[in-house]
Amino acid sequence: MAATAFTINGKAASVEAEPDTPLLWVVREHLKLTGTKFGCGAGLCGACTVHIDGKAIRSCQISVSQAAGKKVTTIEGLSPNGTHPLQKAWVAEQVPQCGYCQSGQIMQAASLLASNKKPTRDQIVAHMDGNICRCGTYPRIVRAIERAAREG
Amino acid sequence: MTIHIKNGSIDTSISRRGFVAGAAGLTFAFTLGGLGRGIAIGETKPTQFNAWVSIGSDNTVTIVCPTAEMGQGVYTSLPLILAEELDADWSKVKVEFAPANPKVYGNTHRLFEGAQITAASVSVPGYFMPLRMAGAQARKVLLDAAAEKWNVPVGELTTANNTITHKKSGRKISYGEVVAFAKVPAEPPKITEADLKKRSQFKLIGRKDLGRKDVPLKATGKAQYGIDVSVPGMIYASVLQAPMEGAKPKDVNVPEIMKIKGVEKVIPLPFGVAVLGDSVEATRKGVAALKATWDTAGAQAAGFDSEKAKADYAAKGKDPNIETKVEYQVGDINAGVAGAAKTIEAAYWTEYTYHAQMEPMNAVASVAEDGKSADIWTGTQFGALAGFIVSGILKTTPDKIRVHNQFLGGGYGRRIWPDAAIQATILSNITKKPVKLILTREEDIAAARPRPMTHHAMTAGLDAKGNLVGWHHRLVSENVDAVAAPPRFKATGGKDYIGARGLDQAFYAIPNVLAEYTREQRGMRVHAWRGIGSGYNKFAAEAFLDEVAQAAGKDPLALRLELTKDKPRAAGVLKAVAEMSDFKKKRPGHGMGIAFSDYHDTLSAGVAEISVDETTGKIKVHNFWLAVDPGLVIQPDHVVGQAESAVVYGLSAALIEQFAVKDGAVQATNFDSYPVMRMSDVPPIHVKIVATDNPPTGMGEIGVVTVAPAIANAVAQLTGKRLRHVPMTAERVKAALKA
Repeated sequence: MAATAFTINGKAASVEAEPDTPLLWVVREHLKLTGTKFGCGAGLCGACTVHIDGKAIRSCQISVSQAAGKKVTTIEGLSPNGTHPLQKAWVAEQVPQCGYCQSGQIMQAASLLASNKKPTRDQIVAHMDGNICRCGTYPRIVRAIERAAREG
Repeated sequence: MTIHIKNGSIDTSISRRGFVAGAAGLTFAFTLGGLGRGIAIGETKPTQFNAWVSIGSDNTVTIVCPTAEMGQGVYTSLPLILAEELDADWSKVKVEFAPANPKVYGNTHRLFEGAQITAASVSVPGYFMPLRMAGAQARKVLLDAAAEKWNVPVGELTTANNTITHKKSGRKISYGEVVAFAKVPAEPPKITEADLKKRSQFKLIGRKDLGRKDVPLKATGKAQYGIDVSVPGMIYASVLQAPMEGAKPKDVNVPEIMKIKGVEKVIPLPFGVAVLGDSVEATRKGVAALKATWDTAGAQAAGFDSEKAKADYAAKGKDPNIETKVEYQVGDINAGVAGAAKTIEAAYWTEYTYHAQMEPMNAVASVAEDGKSADIWTGTQFGALAGFIVSGILKTTPDKIRVHNQFLGGGYGRRIWPDAAIQATILSNITKKPVKLILTREEDIAAARPRPMTHHAMTAGLDAKGNLVGWHHRLVSENVDAVAAPPRFKATGGKDYIGARGLDQAFYAIPNVLAEYTREQRGMRVHAWRGIGSGYNKFAAEAFLDEVAQAAGKDPLALRLELTKDKPRAAGVLKAVAEMSDFKKKRPGHGMGIAFSDYHDTLSAGVAEISVDETTGKIKVHNFWLAVDPGLVIQPDHVVGQAESAVVYGLSAALIEQFAVKDGAVQATNFDSYPVMRMSDVPPIHVKIVATDNPPTGMGEIGVVTVAPAIANAVAQLTGKRLRHVPMTAERVKAALKA
């Protein structure tokens, strides 16, 4: 079994796993960073969203070998103490209910704000539409993204 | 609640223990835990006042949450109720989940009578009084200790924010300081309702600015769900689930799967084929490569085709000789219908729906070497049931099963039945290793415990003046209690509490009503699904009521106000929603529909504003308004949040969610073949809380119920076409428009 090296949340990591292992399971079970969630395994729900070199990626749809040498960021590495503007907005708007999809929602939203500091409501919805929230917190997710864009 | 495994089936008998209804109101007899009985614990360990609350010398107040947190907010609302009576500093409150121990932590609500289950939107109503009593009791112990220490009358002391004050002498002392010398009496002080605060004295209950305790954890990925648990030495498992209850694997390509790197065992079992290995990815590969045939000789669902079965359901709806259970009866239905000047008839349908909770079912189980005890880590709505069933499997006693509840990645009823915990335990018992079982999404759907497919035969009678004088509602569906609550099904002689919810017409003054149901037996694993029977029964009833209004030449709102004239709370939510939605205002190209429903003592009325794309048949919901009366409001912002959540769940069910069954198997595999509502489909949702001076009631499900009928009524208002089949898919709308 080959070792794959990449950077995770700013730290070097080397993981022994089959090269075709979905990055999701490497992050969750090999590295025990469990903030990233498994939802569907098919790129349909967005619960497993992480950043690779700053872009939002479904970690169930990319193998660990494809992440070799890249910078992977998970919810645990988004900010030092939950202080990312989105995380503060998520608390201010009381977004999560069961909370299971919210790491993926926040990582997806963070990639939007990184490239578009003042998104319109339509741009927010278009960017977020691949992330399912079964508790239906969508109205609050939109409000929180707008708040984060406003308050920075 | 005690559950006995008898001859392989589960028998529950329910008792009220620890709660005595006395003449002076409810007296709460506390069961103390291991700590603190008559001993001052001092600085190292927190002092335990009763089973619900302990306080540390660092002034931290730890409050036990007896039910599961699945997004409905009990992790905050229940401790808040105790903290209110304790006069705790909310910022110092920490929350811990209770172990599965119904004798101590059971729900006092009339529905559960002591069972420790998280369901039916009754955590707040069921625990409201016990938690207040527990908080008041701990406060009394603290006050008595301070009064003795300072040698002052206890009546001169006041409390606020974890602090006791003696105003006369200007002395103050924190709860953390008091526990250093306080003795918790062996016989804790008795508390009665008279010792509790008046509503006007509440400082925490009703506050809009108090956030939920779990939100920061959930915004940072720190909240721990069942799927996040790891224990030393564990192996992984995935289970190809039997496509229906009772199907057993026959031929399985075991040798082929064993060649996959990391796969350690492939075990055909009565519930499916388990693949065990050293990693999630190995077990996933194994399950994906499994080829299994199934012996369906013992499976009732074998050959079941939900489309073909519809003719049978419809025939049962009309059969005058069929056996039914009566759910609700007023007057004489023959007089109300046969003797009516005019009768209206219609048939309504709903399809099977899947919970689609975002966290697929999972559990970690660790069975002891001797097979006589186990630890289980999982997110469950009914940890006590998991413990009892597992103890039966291991032929041990429930106290030997420790269920460590975690946050639930969605429940909605799916996490009542502990199938993942049972399967993980069996696998751990076979391998004698801790086993972490995670279902794939495809397995989770194959093992769905759905809301049943239902048929509703509706008949109404109008008198010569157009008054509604007869109402006959017959539900044809599988009996949910028979599958999900067999002990209650037996004890009630075959009734279906879950499935029959919402058949009654307790809030409408109709002189002759018969609401009844007849049982289909199709072998599906039908279960409680957010809103239970009310979800489909109120769809049929509230949509049909608009058909009645039309036949009588009455306005739908006016008819409902006429029927609720003696029920001010029901009329209150109807008036509130009509006002907030400006219901009577004409909107060109848009339809407006209204519906009313109660659910376990909470009342609501909803209004939908819709348009229909006549080419595609797609319904667009432009706005949804919900007025809700949950009595006393514990957390106003979260009441709104729950209402929004349930409305989205209801929209999803009303418009898109369904699966068919063929050869007994669920015909859906993932979110592509079972779509649920996404952000782009969600309209603005407007919620108004109509607060009334009543005891608090639940908010988890009420918002689901009015959505489907309000939409159907809005479509009828706009197009003149009546939609009688949920989900109201584009296909069905197109067909209705052509008809």
